[in-house]
Amino acid sequence: MTSYEIRKDFPILENKNIAYLDSGATTQKPVQVLKAVNDFYREANANPHRGAYKLSIAATEKYDEARYKVAKFINAKYSEEIVFTRNATESLNLLAYSYGLENIKKDDKIVISIMEHHSNLVPWQYVSKKNGAKLDYMYVNQEGEIPINEINNKITSGVKLVGITQVSNVLGTINPIKEIVKKAHSVGAIVVVDASQSAPHMKIDVQDLDADFLVFSGHKMLSPLGIGVLYGKKELLDKMKPFLYGGDMIEYVYEQDTTYAPVPTKFEAGTQNVGGAVGLSASIDYLENIGMDNVEKIERELMEYAIPKLKELDFVTLYGPKDLSKHTAVISFNVKGIHPHDVSSILDSENVCIRSGNHCAQPLLRYMGIDSTCRASFYIYNTKEDVDRLINALLKTKDMFAKWIK
Amino acid sequence: MEDLDSIYTDIIMEHSMATYNKRNLTDPTEKEHGHNPSCGDDITLEVKMNGDIIEDLSFTGHGCAISQASTSIMIDLLKGRTKQEAVELINIFLKMIKREDVTEEEQQRLEDAIALKNISNMPARVKCAELAWYTMQNLIEKI
Repeated sequence: MTSYEIRKDFPILENKNIAYLDSGATTQKPVQVLKAVNDFYREANANPHRGAYKLSIAATEKYDEARYKVAKFINAKYSEEIVFTRNATESLNLLAYSYGLENIKKDDKIVISIMEHHSNLVPWQYVSKKNGAKLDYMYVNQEGEIPINEINNKITSGVKLVGITQVSNVLGTINPIKEIVKKAHSVGAIVVVDASQSAPHMKIDVQDLDADFLVFSGHKMLSPLGIGVLYGKKELLDKMKPFLYGGDMIEYVYEQDTTYAPVPTKFEAGTQNVGGAVGLSASIDYLENIGMDNVEKIERELMEYAIPKLKELDFVTLYGPKDLSKHTAVISFNVKGIHPHDVSSILDSENVCIRSGNHCAQPLLRYMGIDSTCRASFYIYNTKEDVDRLINALLKTKDMFAKWIK
Repeated sequence: MEDLDSIYTDIIMEHSMATYNKRNLTDPTEKEHGHNPSCGDDITLEVKMNGDIIEDLSFTGHGCAISQASTSIMIDLLKGRTKQEAVELINIFLKMIKREDVTEEEQQRLEDAIALKNISNMPARVKCAELAWYTMQNLIEKI
């Protein structure tokens, strides 16, 4: 299947005649996913787990089915290891509160990378401040990669938790997760993997990675907004305290005491987002129908087409790994003399949608000595024509500003 | 492109590239830092007061063309004014950006800052134009 065929499933791209290059922020949704969500609300909507009538059972089944599908998608051992959340941010907060605050002690160390999104950084900063632990960073080299010796120097005895993104949302760098997990486990640390920029784009196998926790957002992989995933090894989830308290996460409630439901229900207080889970389930079907290998191939071809084209523009500075085997289709760049926010406005006038700013990664940009970047991020529905539109719009931007830039 | 041409005008671009207001003051009365966390525009205003008069005003920092131009234009407008006049001009400017009613007479008081009027057609950039003016509001409260 080619991106030209895939694109036909995304009415918004055709109707708006846009080159949508901001899938790292959120993806567009195919008609198959929209239909699945629509069908759910038309045919099977009820409050799951609570009703003894057929419709509530149908909603419960849909919800459970989505959980099985996610478990299989990332090769979790048990479907109970999948907790539905709102998004990756909520998954990480759940971990910070229910695992971090309870297990990270005074003078323990938490190690994360400098390229973490604020969502895998601020919660750990909070935990370390609250409990008196030390927060340390693995830094990147010139090319935006974390060198192996940096991993070995930082993940040492006393480290209790390592937080690492599988793919940088700014640089597109693919991090060596297996090596990091191995090193972390050798010093007795657990590892939290942020798969927000990887799960939509490549095959994930949590057992092969041996990740203790892994999180991602549905909306970055074709699903509706508001559904996210926390994967955790069952033995770890079992020992953790709940994050949110309330309906359905309980077993018995007395006036002064409560016992909690087993995982994953323990972590899913309140009426669950079944519509979102159904959408996520349909997204996984959609991606698996294309095949994750093919998804990766389509994106790789686009990235390998875009980067040389961008390199040809002498007024563009590119960031990220030079070794393209470590690079995903997330491309950060700057136009010399023009602020990313201005670039983005001018590209918008050409119907080219890119992101500009600090990409919720202020410490990384500060470390790299830049204030902000432009970011083009591609997905399965993008074509080489989208890349060409980007290049042409950049040339126009340069022309437009030429008379003012000295 | 029409919207763009009404925003990236000569007057705005010349101000965004101009550096005469971008400097540190030797003995500022007060400073104020302002930033837009989402896009990274980041400026510091420095003021030197002479009694009630804004004797000197400058900025340092970085940001997009709109934020830099807006800051420089504001400095030109407010230098030599009283605190009260500055407060009035800032209010007129913010009203204009928010597309609230601004009289012809009020518009004229804004001088070059009128050039930023069309920014209200680009909602994504309104914050860039407002940054300096809100920062100045906070600065005035401190002096």
